[in-house]
Amino acid sequence: MLLSHCLTMLNPIAFFNALPSNIAQGLIWGVMALGLYITYRLLDFADLTVDGSIATGGAVTVMLTTSGCNIWVALLAATLAGMLAGLCTGILHTRLGIPPILAGILTQIALFSVNLHILGGSNKALSVDKYDLILSSRNMTAAIVAALLFCGVLIAVMYWYFGTEQGSAIRATGCNPAMSKAQGINNDNMKLIGLCLANGLVAMSGGLLSQFQGFADVNMGRGAIVIGLAAIIIGEVFCDAIFGKKANFAMRLSFVVIGAIIYYVVMGIVIWLRMDPNDLKLFTAIIVAVFLAVPYLRGQQKNSFRMAGKKSAVALKAEAAQNTAAADKKKEV
Amino acid sequence: MLQLKNIHKTFNLGTINEKTALSGVDLLLNEGDFVTVIGGNGAGKSTMLNAIAGVWPVDEGSVLIDGIDVTGLPEYKRAQYLGRVFQDPMTGTTATMQIDENLALAARRGRRRGLGWGITGEEKKHYKELLKMLDLGLEDRMTSKVGLLSGGQRQALTLLMATLQRPKLLLLDEHTAALDPKTAAKVLELTDKIVSENNLTTLMITHNMKDAIAHGNRLIMMNEGKIILDIGEQEKKKLTVEDLLLKFEDVSGQEFVSDKALLG
Repeated sequence: MLLSHCLTMLNPIAFFNALPSNIAQGLIWGVMALGLYITYRLLDFADLTVDGSIATGGAVTVMLTTSGCNIWVALLAATLAGMLAGLCTGILHTRLGIPPILAGILTQIALFSVNLHILGGSNKALSVDKYDLILSSRNMTAAIVAALLFCGVLIAVMYWYFGTEQGSAIRATGCNPAMSKAQGINNDNMKLIGLCLANGLVAMSGGLLSQFQGFADVNMGRGAIVIGLAAIIIGEVFCDAIFGKKANFAMRLSFVVIGAIIYYVVMGIVIWLRMDPNDLKLFTAIIVAVFLAVPYLRGQQKNSFRMAGKKSAVALKAEAAQNTAAADKKKEV
Repeated sequence: MLQLKNIHKTFNLGTINEKTALSGVDLLLNEGDFVTVIGGNGAGKSTMLNAIAGVWPVDEGSVLIDGIDVTGLPEYKRAQYLGRVFQDPMTGTTATMQIDENLALAARRGRRRGLGWGITGEEKKHYKELLKMLDLGLEDRMTSKVGLLSGGQRQALTLLMATLQRPKLLLLDEHTAALDPKTAAKVLELTDKIVSENNLTTLMITHNMKDAIAHGNRLIMMNEGKIILDIGEQEKKKLTVEDLLLKFEDVSGQEFVSDKALLG
């Protein structure tokens, strides 16, 4: 009775109406996730700067555009501002010896004040009617095409860059710092470059997001790292499931963006199911925790003390049964 | 080729864990010297190698490589002169990168890394030839991730990487200690081959006295942060493990305490 009541309340048309918006948001956050991939996966550096630098990107884009700047110039400036934020985190870590997570948190909290100054308040509107924007939620098809182009070009550029001498050196630094040092690589500089590039992309994503939603808000980056991680991890799970070990770097990057899209489509479903919007962050955290835990638990399943104990108990029992059977036979004889 | 002058290093100075690891090490290596280094645990063998490689700055003294004072250079800058193989087979290679990518990283040691391709087609052909020489079948697995290789294969690859660009000095820090005896023998054989073919100046630490005697043209023994014995080519040819133990007791006034060294 209750179920049928619920089902009548759920209108599939509403879900499909929201789908293009979810896909567009997924693509825009895909740009952010590509940036996070550089630090989280390639450099093995959990960079919490991104919660701040995505809002910096949005703030710079909105303020420059509303003061008459060309939107592309504004987006470029936003990217550079993000790179500067990444440089701050990098300097805190490599030159001042602050651990990665703490260095990121410090920059992030500092950026909150910086972003308030840039915006001159907690938020600022950017109307698509007044300014010539790259994309907007007003024209969803064009927004999806534009965001898709951004992701495509960025994946191509990243594929090229991380195949160069410098890109390879960054990868080596992230994977085995002792080895890279012995091969003459300056690990600190590689981390600085990686953090700059990553936060540049994150800020670019913030710039696109502010255009899409028509405003920048000082809180627009809250929890961004979790969304980015969700995209990376969901993408990896699907990539491994479909292509396994055959996936090359470009495919892995593509799946980071696909992961972001999947995340926003799932969020669309959750909203469609009329979950309280206040619970969305909780839901996000649970999704990420589940996707992080699944590979671990799978490993545990194959390789755990409990399994070993069970097998041992079965084997011992069988042995005991055999012994008693043998003893019985002897008696009979 | 290498000159160490009065090297001192104390760890955790002024704390309860204070440990003097090197106390006045002097050493002169000529071009083409292949020197084996032995000594008990904590004698300062690895510390001496790390001082040369620049893992940390020394407290006192000078490190000269080919006449260049490198004492003030950090590890990544000294790397241009040095080839290194570590005790842990995991340390010398990058597990998530392919075999050919690892070699390409090593080929660019000491060079500026710009936006040129990380690896070229020509290099790949060259690496294939070099890998054939190892005789481990790695030439057919060039695009495999190094993480899939065994410890012995990784050590052989690290050795190749260390010598891909001829180093002024090759540092081997017990590079066979983590391998099974058969693999260790193979890697040592390979070491001899590469060192003699390229006439490399080499410092090799080993726990195994037999190996120390069988390889190289010179043997030094360390104890309590000092070089206490330096045996040249002629004398080394006649040397036995028993001789070495007696000499150690003679010079240090202690008994040699390392089961590994005796049993090996």
